Amino acid sequence: MAKAKVYHDGAVSGARRVVDACLSILLTVLSLVWIYPVVLILQNSLKAETAISTTAVFELPTAESFVGLHNYIYGVTQMNFLASFGYSLVITITSVILIILCCSMCAWYITRVNSTVSKLMYLLCAFSMVVPFQMVMFTLSKTADTLSLNSPFNICIIYLGFGAGLAVFMFTGFMKSVPLAIEEAAMIDGCNPLQIFFKIVFPILKPTAISTAILETMWVWNDYLLPTLVLDIKKYRTIPMAIQYFRGSYGRVEMGPMMACIMITVIPIIVMYLLCQKYIIEGVVAGAVKG
Amino acid sequence: MENAIKKYWPVFLLPTLAAFIIGFIWPFIWGIYLSFHKFTTISKTTFVGLSNYVKVFQDATFVNAFWFTAKFTIVSTIIINVIAFVLALALTRGLKGTNVFRTVFFLPNLIGGIVLGYIWQILLNGILTNMGLPLLALNANYGFWGLIILMCWQQIGYMMIIYIAGLQNVPGDLLEAASIDGATSFQTLIKVKLPMVMPSITICSFLTLTNSFKLFDQNLALTGGEPAKASQMLALNIYDTFYARSGAQWKGIGQAKAVVFFLLVITIALVQLYFTRRKEVQQ
Repeated sequence: MAKAKVYHDGAVSGARRVVDACLSILLTVLSLVWIYPVVLILQNSLKAETAISTTAVFELPTAESFVGLHNYIYGVTQMNFLASFGYSLVITITSVILIILCCSMCAWYITRVNSTVSKLMYLLCAFSMVVPFQMVMFTLSKTADTLSLNSPFNICIIYLGFGAGLAVFMFTGFMKSVPLAIEEAAMIDGCNPLQIFFKIVFPILKPTAISTAILETMWVWNDYLLPTLVLDIKKYRTIPMAIQYFRGSYGRVEMGPMMACIMITVIPIIVMYLLCQKYIIEGVVAGAVKG
Repeated sequence: MENAIKKYWPVFLLPTLAAFIIGFIWPFIWGIYLSFHKFTTISKTTFVGLSNYVKVFQDATFVNAFWFTAKFTIVSTIIINVIAFVLALALTRGLKGTNVFRTVFFLPNLIGGIVLGYIWQILLNGILTNMGLPLLALNANYGFWGLIILMCWQQIGYMMIIYIAGLQNVPGDLLEAASIDGATSFQTLIKVKLPMVMPSITICSFLTLTNSFKLFDQNLALTGGEPAKASQMLALNIYDTFYARSGAQWKGIGQAKAVVFFLLVITIALVQLYFTRRKEVQQ
């Protein structure tokens, strides 16, 4: 970026500075607009139930309407939020680990073994990325029921099956550029394919593994329809399911606790994002280039 | 070496292949099979030929959902890509605070569709009420624009990141050559930068087109299809046909709708890739 400035001489840079200043102001205003929806939910989640209405939604909590963390405590106990958080966490972690491990192995196999099965698998994976979930939702949920893959502890197999497309596609994209020579040297030194994969190939795949893990985490953590159809809603509710259920099950929705729950869902995401921003953005770019 | 790996196929290939069959291939084939059948439970199906498909196009809600989705997809794809590209241009000028802006604009993308839908429902209903207008759930037109605003908020940051990466890959000597030849910054943008970021445009328009066309969670949470299914998009219409309508014929029709939906998505994806790939330049 510093380079770009060199192309402009002194006279232009004066005009450029004015433009830059205007742009900075504009972008700052836009940024504030961008985070306002979250701020709005935060300010309302601190109000008493009686003070929340669609007309008063933009008013800040006053001394009378401020109830501190009351909505948060009520919301968490009322919708059994901790259990939902736990289920979401278990499903996301097991699914993402399984996807990364199995798909990287599969991708290595299909790039290194030149057979009809490999080619077919690759094509089907690319194909599966475009197929909308509605196409398979009914039959998939029936299949999951038949095979009893319907608890938070083994739904990861379904996620592996439906998420394999993107992961295999990304890993093979990267694998193609990895030279064979190192693997052949290891084979001559007496390593078996398992040792070669875990000691040599997987460490090389690490950047792609991180990018893929981020894309899959973003998908599984926020996924609503698949767990709704596969899991028993009375027993297990992930966070998106809990929020939807909270909304649909009562005659009158209690807005305060509802907004508190939205905040409890959003805050960990924001914290995670600020901590691993670099990886998330790299992951998004890598995913886009491969896809 | 190839043969040595081949012997290990139960370890390397089998787990993914098995899960892929359970999670994708089998449900997909079975889904096509069921679309030609009438059924309420999967154990009792009767073959009905193409009659499910005929009923799909006779169903006014499906036709309405199709036009709603088509309109939504076109409008959101254009708005999102234009704004994301302009923001990417602004954020590759080396302004102070670029990183902060980038962080803020990307943030909404990480929040899930259901939560996003409810956040915007609260905000938009607040605005509408204060302006003395009917709520989102009472007017399909507001529902439409509400969904557009929501989609922009969620997707602009993501597309902006991809455009920034594309703009940063434009070789410096090309820009320098343009500058020496006396090109204005507008000419540089149209004649140099735009052709060079064509691959990013392909990707972003592909992603926005398919994301918008397949939209479900946000639609369910923001409007729920109200009023009277007028703001229902295709994905929600299919879900509704499967799980919210009573009557023996609806599941088969739902599955036929899903097949039609799948064919539409594939067609859009292929046509879009064909047209934008042609415009890409070799680097």
